[in-house]
Amino acid sequence: MRVHFKRSYDEDIRLFEDWRRMAKYAVLLAIMIALPALVSGYFLGEVTLVLIYCIAGMGLMVLAGHTGQISLGHAAFMAIGAFSNLWFMDQGMPFLIALPLSAIFTGVVGAIVALPILRLSGIYLAIATLALSIIVEDIAIIAEPYTGGVVGVFAPPIEFFGTMVDRYGTPNLFYWMCLALVVLVTLGYANLLRSATGRSFLAVRDSEVSARALGVNVTRTKALAFGLSCGVTGIAGALYAHFVQVVNYESFLVLLSINLLLLVVIGGLGSIHGAFFGAIVVGLLPQGLSILRDFLQGTVGLDISAYPGLDTMVFAVIIIGMVIYEPLGLYGFYMKVKTQWQLFPLARRDMFRRSKSYLKTERLR
Amino acid sequence: MDALQLLIGGVANGCIYGLVALGFVLIYKASEAVNFAQGDMLMFGAFLGIAFINEDRGDLPFLLGLVAASLCLGLIAYALDRFVLRAIFGQPQFAMVVLTIALGFVLRFVAGTIWGYDPVSLETPFAGEILSLGGLTLAVADLLIILATCGLTFVLWLFFGRTRLGVAMQASSQNQMAAYYMGIPVKRVNSIVWGLSGVVSAIAGVLFAAKGAVEPSVGLLFGIKAFAAAVIGGFGSLPGALLGGLLIGVIEQFAARYAPSGYSQIAPYALMLLVLILRPGGLFAQIAQKKV
Repeated sequence: MRVHFKRSYDEDIRLFEDWRRMAKYAVLLAIMIALPALVSGYFLGEVTLVLIYCIAGMGLMVLAGHTGQISLGHAAFMAIGAFSNLWFMDQGMPFLIALPLSAIFTGVVGAIVALPILRLSGIYLAIATLALSIIVEDIAIIAEPYTGGVVGVFAPPIEFFGTMVDRYGTPNLFYWMCLALVVLVTLGYANLLRSATGRSFLAVRDSEVSARALGVNVTRTKALAFGLSCGVTGIAGALYAHFVQVVNYESFLVLLSINLLLLVVIGGLGSIHGAFFGAIVVGLLPQGLSILRDFLQGTVGLDISAYPGLDTMVFAVIIIGMVIYEPLGLYGFYMKVKTQWQLFPLARRDMFRRSKSYLKTERLR
Repeated sequence: MDALQLLIGGVANGCIYGLVALGFVLIYKASEAVNFAQGDMLMFGAFLGIAFINEDRGDLPFLLGLVAASLCLGLIAYALDRFVLRAIFGQPQFAMVVLTIALGFVLRFVAGTIWGYDPVSLETPFAGEILSLGGLTLAVADLLIILATCGLTFVLWLFFGRTRLGVAMQASSQNQMAAYYMGIPVKRVNSIVWGLSGVVSAIAGVLFAAKGAVEPSVGLLFGIKAFAAAVIGGFGSLPGALLGGLLIGVIEQFAARYAPSGYSQIAPYALMLLVLILRPGGLFAQIAQKKV
């Protein structure tokens, strides 16, 4: 186990602890960039979807993991991002301008929606956002001039200075575009967390009363977190629209919102890595199950396709196990294993024992 | 006359919403957990009722089937709390939200695997019967639903006010620690509350199945509407939950009749958001500011 002796405050908040860690991420990035040469086109499409889930997951992670506000309505903001992006492009704007514009638009809508809702706490916020996510389906049909009503909107091809980027025509370029956005969002997120704003998010999550006592404007911080979160989710929505090529009122149902929340929980609340782990599980689970189905049918002769809905069931059982045995998610599990490995003979059994807590009532605030 | 007709239909629907909301509130009061699987519990109760009562399945008399279904679901809910949810006793609310959402998925899958994904309806002795009163035509099912809800509410009111167990439930919902010091087995009381909530949602489910067809995915949307009802009434207030349910049911009927199509589905949620913004605690607020 390496011990870092920190000599200045800057060293404490550096993005990368040392050059080894930086090298690890550089290798990962190199592999991801070279991926189109390594895998088939079908698998590349799946990875692209996982990257889009990563962005959406990071969007929700800012809110749920780092500011402590539960939102069950993020599919609604994905929808706003997608429809506004397509509308801006329909007005003749290039993608490079339409994407940031739609992110800003979604963020502002999110912050405006959040201001009244954020007066509520905990469970009420979850329910209000859940209602938002239910009515977005009806609103998408009513707002026909912008959303195409029942038919939906087709995504136009993206043009970068004369190069056409298309999900089916040039899947490699589309993949690299998503990868670049993931890297950008991740860097922005990591930098946010080491700034005063990021620390005020954590303060609000851990205790609103003490955050207020330390001079943090709680309402502003929450609205800012909600706006940022919605903006990032809007980017994911826009990319998703270009990924599936056509979006309508059925593209962003309430199940997607629930999936996003489960994504951050599986991955591990309160860590950027968690968003990635969760996205990998959520994005690749249907594929994994279909492989398992073929395998079972081929070897044992068990036909699990006779049970429709099995994939959501497996998903649900994973989550139940996760919440009960590993509340910090996959990332928490990874950290546990890593610490045990580094401390090898010295790890103690009770090192990760959770402390018992009593229920804090929300009826007295 | 038209309005009165709509009102009675709305009240009957609203009674079912109110009963599910009552199930939410029971659990919320006891353990401050919001059960996102409540709608799926209603669906499960409806299927249990069908399995016991329909001629080609259990073929029991209606009342006996109702009792059997509610006992079964009560036991299932008790077991869920005892063996699954107790593992995260004392963890933050967030964990409970996620856990109950996942449990809802499981219930839906189990119901779909046992009873199939096609809509089925309950065969009742009063199916399709209509009472004509003046210019009104009333479905007997609607009247029975309203009567049953009134009866159940009265029984619950007696239970919470007059029995030892009911008082213990009230105590542990107000302050778990103090209730524990007074000798109340808080964890077991929690499980019993879950069982009670299961019984209530089974009754609501059977009443719901008497009005229309059920299929495994009916629970999600129904649960969210019942949520809206509970929020409007103020989470944690039993009469509030019933009133919220009635409001939702009535507004839904009137919006479907008079509002332009597309807007009518939004009405219940719009009402809920309005209440949340104007009166965050709900109509019967249970939140008190703590004095430091």
